[in-house]
Amino acid sequence: MIELDNVAYSYGGGELLSDVSVRLTPGSFHFLTGPSGAGKTTLLKLVYGALMPTAGSVRAFGADLRGLDRDQTALLRRKIGVVHQDCRFLDHLPVAENIALPLTVSGRDLAAESANLGELMAWVGLRERADALPPELSGGERQRAALARAVIMSPELIVADEPTGNVDWEMSQRLLQLLVELNRMGKTVLIASHDLALIRAAKNHVQARVLRISNRRLQLAGADL
Amino acid sequence: MSAAPGRIRALFLGDPQAGRVVPPSGFTAHLTLFASGAMAFLAVFALALSLASGRLADRWADELAKSATLRITAPAGQRAAQTDAALEILRQTPGVASARALSAEEQAALLAPWLGADIPMDDLPVPQLIEVIEGEPGYDGAGLRLRLGAEVPGAVLDDHTRWRRPLVEAANSLRRLGWVSIALIAGAMAAMITLAANAALAANAQVIEVLRLVGARDRYIAGAFIRRFTLRALIGAGVGVALGMIGVALLPEASEEGGFLTGLGFRGVGWLWVLLVPVLGAAVAFAATWRAATRRLKELT
Ligand SMILES: Nc1ncnc2c1ncn2[C@@H]1O[C@H](COP(=O)(O)OP(=O)(O)OP(=O)(O)O)[C@@H](O)[C@H]1O
Ligand SMILES: [Mg+2]
Repeated sequence: MIELDNVAYSYGGGELLSDVSVRLTPGSFHFLTGPSGAGKTTLLKLVYGALMPTAGSVRAFGADLRGLDRDQTALLRRKIGVVHQDCRFLDHLPVAENIALPLTVSGRDLAAESANLGELMAWVGLRERADALPPELSGGERQRAALARAVIMSPELIVADEPTGNVDWEMSQRLLQLLVELNRMGKTVLIASHDLALIRAAKNHVQARVLRISNRRLQLAGADL
Repeated sequence: MSAAPGRIRALFLGDPQAGRVVPPSGFTAHLTLFASGAMAFLAVFALALSLASGRLADRWADELAKSATLRITAPAGQRAAQTDAALEILRQTPGVASARALSAEEQAALLAPWLGADIPMDDLPVPQLIEVIEGEPGYDGAGLRLRLGAEVPGAVLDDHTRWRRPLVEAANSLRRLGWVSIALIAGAMAAMITLAANAALAANAQVIEVLRLVGARDRYIAGAFIRRFTLRALIGAGVGVALGMIGVALLPEASEEGGFLTGLGFRGVGWLWVLLVPVLGAAVAFAATWRAATRRLKELT
């Protein structure tokens, strides 16, 4: 589904990531961890085509991302649900419309999807907040809204960058539970997180592999977690 | 290529939801409305000027082409002979389509406005007039004059051309100037709308980024801006044209004494041209926003 081959990346200075090779097979569950500034967000951006590697290649759904034009990149993003670290929303639109935004921009008939949307909002516990504007949401509500928006197109791959970044333990467990449920439905999940306790907790529920960035390389973390 | 009209249609009509994803932006909206209104107002006057000077040029050119006059001033005894001689010369002159001596009644009719209807023409030393209709191509005026001078001493060729040709040229350049003004107005409007669109695109950089992140194509994002600016330009230009037309309607009616200045209104098909102004304004806004948006979007990831 996703293949990185000898990928390197640098923002212009020294290399941030070197020689990264990894495969995400369909239905797999991966954590990506590492200290702050190690390049977790960068690696995720390489996966969903927001950045192009300075060396090596990234393939998604069989296509080399380097060969995609702007329209094809847009189409790729409809197949990958992304929860951004800073949960970007359109602040002038209510939460429900923000969650439905991927449907809107891909020209889907919103009326036909409204039942779906209602169900999804109930699933993330935001039914009551449907008409609120994003700036009025709490941190946890934002994270759940971002997750809902990421999955509304039923993407095969869900990429979440610190989805439990600014919520308490209980809420982070709930969010994790949502992602585990998605994985059980057959979705491929990749989560970047520096929260080792969360990762340990997740391992009780799901068969997850943990990747760690250290010294610019990607390693498979062992039982030391 | 064949998909282009459909694509433009989709860009313009789009889905109504797309309008909502870009937040309403205050000052660019007002700038666009005002600029297109003012420009359309000016365009109406430029158009009126151009159409009126065009009418004038056509009319004068028509009259020009129509006739020259040969005047024969001779003692009563020689007048008929000289008239015949002049007619003969004119018949032989290449480029003269026809020549005809005016009858006494026609001459009297020409003088009637000045001297009254029942003047005793025979008692007045009125010259005989010959109407000369020019053919295509025209005759050689200087050559004709030389020949007349030698053979018909009392003949004077008055071919209006002398003083009217520059006027026709002036009217024609006025018409061209009108069209150039309209082109300049369209250009200035395009520049202003480009500025406004760029400002709107820059102000909404975050929104555009989010839209790209959730899988919106450039066409979708550009369409939201294009629709908005085209609509505003259409509305602004519509108001501008309405005001301009009121302005033109308030000008004095066309009249003989007023000549050119009072003939500025629109006639017949002219009104259709005016209705094209808002359409042209919208088209300019469409093109300007399209260009600004496509450029801008290419700079973003
Ligand atoms: N657009 C950018 N231009 C230049 N440098 C950048 C850019 N984005 C990130 N960096 C740098 O690259 C490094 C890795 O950033 P990245 O966001 O990938 O880290 P991270 O592992 O996600 O960190 P965190 O856990 O804090 O989110 C950081 O040192 C950061 O300052
Ligand atoms: Mg990060």
